[in-house]
Amino acid sequence: MSNPGLYIHVPFCRKKCPYCDFYSVGYREELAERYADAVIRNLRYYNEDYDTVYFGGGTPSLMARQIPRILDEVHRTASAEVTVECNPLEMDKETLKILRGCGVNRLSVGIQSAVDGELAALGRTHTFEQARQAVLTANKVGFYDISADIMIGTPGQTAETLTRTIGELGNLPLTHISAYMLKIEPNTVFGKKPPALPDEDETAELYLSAVRLLENARFMQYEVSNFARRGMTSRHNLKYWRREEYLGIGAAAHSFYKGKRFAVTRNLREFIASEHQTELVTDENPNGIEEKIMLGLRLAEGIPKELWELVQSGLPLIPKQYYKIENDRLSLTADGFLVSNEIIATLLTYLN
Amino acid sequence: MDYQNKIRNFCIIAHIDHGKSTLADRILEQTETVAKRDMEEQLLDNMDIERERGITIKARAVRLKYHADDGGDYIFNLIDTPGHVDFNYEVSRSLVACEGAILIVDASQGIEAQTLANTYLAVENDLEVVPVVNKIDLPSAHPQEVKEEIENVIGIEAMDAPEISAKMGTNIHAVMEEIVHKIPAPKGDFNAPLKALIFDSYYDSYKGVIVYVRVKEGSIKPGDKIRMMASGAEFTTVEVGYMGATELVPCSELKAGEVGYIAASIKSIGDTKVGDTVTSATTPADEPLSGYREVNPMVFSGIYPADGAKYPDLREALDKLQLNDASLSFEPESSVALGFGFRCGFLGLLHMDVVQERIEREYDLDIITTAPSVVYKIELTDGEVKMIDNPFNYPDTTLIKQAYEPMVNAHVYAPSDYVGNIMELCQNRRGVFKDMKYIDQSRVDLHYELPLNEIVYDFFDALKSRTRGYASYDYEMMGFAPSKLVKLDIMLNGEVIDALSFIVHADSAYARARKMAEKLKEHIPRQLFEIPIQACVGGKIIARETIKALRKDVLAKCYGGDITRKKKLLEKQKEGKKRMRRFGTVEVPQEAFMAVLKLDDE
Repeated sequence: MSNPGLYIHVPFCRKKCPYCDFYSVGYREELAERYADAVIRNLRYYNEDYDTVYFGGGTPSLMARQIPRILDEVHRTASAEVTVECNPLEMDKETLKILRGCGVNRLSVGIQSAVDGELAALGRTHTFEQARQAVLTANKVGFYDISADIMIGTPGQTAETLTRTIGELGNLPLTHISAYMLKIEPNTVFGKKPPALPDEDETAELYLSAVRLLENARFMQYEVSNFARRGMTSRHNLKYWRREEYLGIGAAAHSFYKGKRFAVTRNLREFIASEHQTELVTDENPNGIEEKIMLGLRLAEGIPKELWELVQSGLPLIPKQYYKIENDRLSLTADGFLVSNEIIATLLTYLN
Repeated sequence: MDYQNKIRNFCIIAHIDHGKSTLADRILEQTETVAKRDMEEQLLDNMDIERERGITIKARAVRLKYHADDGGDYIFNLIDTPGHVDFNYEVSRSLVACEGAILIVDASQGIEAQTLANTYLAVENDLEVVPVVNKIDLPSAHPQEVKEEIENVIGIEAMDAPEISAKMGTNIHAVMEEIVHKIPAPKGDFNAPLKALIFDSYYDSYKGVIVYVRVKEGSIKPGDKIRMMASGAEFTTVEVGYMGATELVPCSELKAGEVGYIAASIKSIGDTKVGDTVTSATTPADEPLSGYREVNPMVFSGIYPADGAKYPDLREALDKLQLNDASLSFEPESSVALGFGFRCGFLGLLHMDVVQERIEREYDLDIITTAPSVVYKIELTDGEVKMIDNPFNYPDTTLIKQAYEPMVNAHVYAPSDYVGNIMELCQNRRGVFKDMKYIDQSRVDLHYELPLNEIVYDFFDALKSRTRGYASYDYEMMGFAPSKLVKLDIMLNGEVIDALSFIVHADSAYARARKMAEKLKEHIPRQLFEIPIQACVGGKIIARETIKALRKDVLAKCYGGDITRKKKLLEKQKEGKKRMRRFGTVEVPQEAFMAVLKLDDE
């Protein structure tokens, strides 16, 4: 059995993006210090060895000053992947040096778009030029594994602007791209006041062209929303989809650890105040087979025969262009990924 | 006969929400039949659904004692009547059990259609009608005008009618005294052969069927052999008694003029039909009381369990409901689309709603109901006549010589401002205008002949929406009239969905087909495959729509490994699928069936 992954949630932002429903509060240095103390207490409590570490948020780069002492406490394998999510505005040379110096070897940068008008519509406070410079600086400082987030189906986006965005990213020293379709969540600014968006069909077309453009730029799709240069897939992300264990530390962090799925409340003060975090079990004994099918079908590698045989009787209900069976593995095509919820729900009704 | 002088048998006639149940409660309090603390609000309407909808579905009765101002102790038998047109016949039987009726009219709203229909029914049956003007506590009350309206429209003396507020308990005493003085005492020879009118019955798991009767002539005691004159069934009386406010109270004998119950170990409610006459099996009466009628279901609908495995539970639920509801009929039916279920017959739309709701609520079953239809009479070319209550059995067009459909006489009562809207609606529903009368300066009675088929869908809703809720209507069956009918089939992905077949008038087939296809498109979610929807008559496609294939249904991101959230969404999606019916690769949600069922002209 390999080591578990470690996810550390950083619940701070300078400004909340209107589409985001991750847990975060306004940044204050004193609060960040106490938060780091609580994270360290928990690291000591679980006393585990990890082979991936992921600082997600919120805006983890806001805790660049605290990350070194946190990582000091993280027991990890020599080749561990250590990722920090960054906002382009916090990626100055000094900050990046701190991160690189303490063992961070991968960055995930929230670029979102190469079109400033689209960035503004998303409530992002940086320009594309700032994001571009940030990536170049990071590369200069010694980061060779950099991922960019982009969004599909955003207000005002067209096939043309998407092509431009992906073209710009292709010229940057990136190894990985996550392309997420914008989803309006109820408890967000967009949820309360929905912007005009491309419709379902337009978004579907944008997604398919993104897949095509990214693959042409040699970012190969390995998951519904994730693309990477050969050999540069995110090992931490893959743990989620391959149903490997990961421990989440921090307010609103999620874990799949020692066979259980659990979460921590979305409450910063409570997390800081407690000796170690309270595990709210969401699934005591998750059904491995169901989860492996559900998660595995999000991956380009798909699921092995021993799994898809269990739901084979549902396959006639899935249009042929949505899946393929190769080397005994069943996987979805890009068109299939687009309707994967419906496909997975249909197949799972045939389980047992 | 002396004992009869102190008996008053009466019912209360009122429109929905005009305060019948509230007044009944106040009368119960005044007679101290029920201690106030024991009283459940609105005792008479004791089914949940009745209370929610403010209507009485089944008749109830209660015996009360009243000490009057003249010093006498009176027995009041209050017989509650169903307030809806579907139960018109049952209302008429309850009325016949009484000598008088209290007519409650809302002081702010005046007379409504049902009130009027039931009041006419009471007058026809020689009941003394005692008007009462209720809700005088409302600021909008205009009791004087309402009294004039009662005099003008119904033609009964109303100037001295008590002005009450049942809600506040104002002036209830006056009503009690009116009952004593205005309503005649019952008559009837208690030495004559037994004639007791059945006006209600229900099934009790210990005593068998409890039959509510009004003894018209003769008497009945435990041990008497009795015969139901219409059904011919015979029983030995085990117990007789009267209806206390909270329980049955046994007594030694029921005599002419009295209202009470009979228990005779009767197993089936079908043997105790409302309107039938109970007589002695040893010394039977020569002829039954007049007015008995077989009640035939007029509206039909298929009821299917959403989960096919619940078929036995559905059967059990229907069996149990039928124990107390002889007018509910059902027989097993199977549909390619819906699996095994039952074809059920109802008196009318409300009856159908009530039964469906009770199945879902009291028996906790998810059901799918097919569009309501009526019974058609089909004369075949070989001379045979068939009654068709299921589109599935509709004969091939080439075999039909003439089709007939049931018609109703409908009266719509509404402010005269809405006459245009109502006429338009009735015309759209193939109505034939008969006449129009002014009830007073501002309100009219519109009389139309309408096909029953046209009012089994949402007629009342459409009427309400066109009259801002002011119209009321009532109807009675008229029999069958020749009609041009066709069977309309719906195909999804090329397969005929038999649960969506309709028999419709040829002239409305095209519009109906188009609307059904549109509604289905609106209510069937996009799926993995494209779904063609086609409506056809006799194999010819007359309307078509297409549901495009689903393009996007994916959760983009799993927040920091929050798999549980994704699983919950997936669970919900799977649950949703279970509630849908699958036809080939097409999944149809129940809402789609409902939407088609609720088609309107909007």
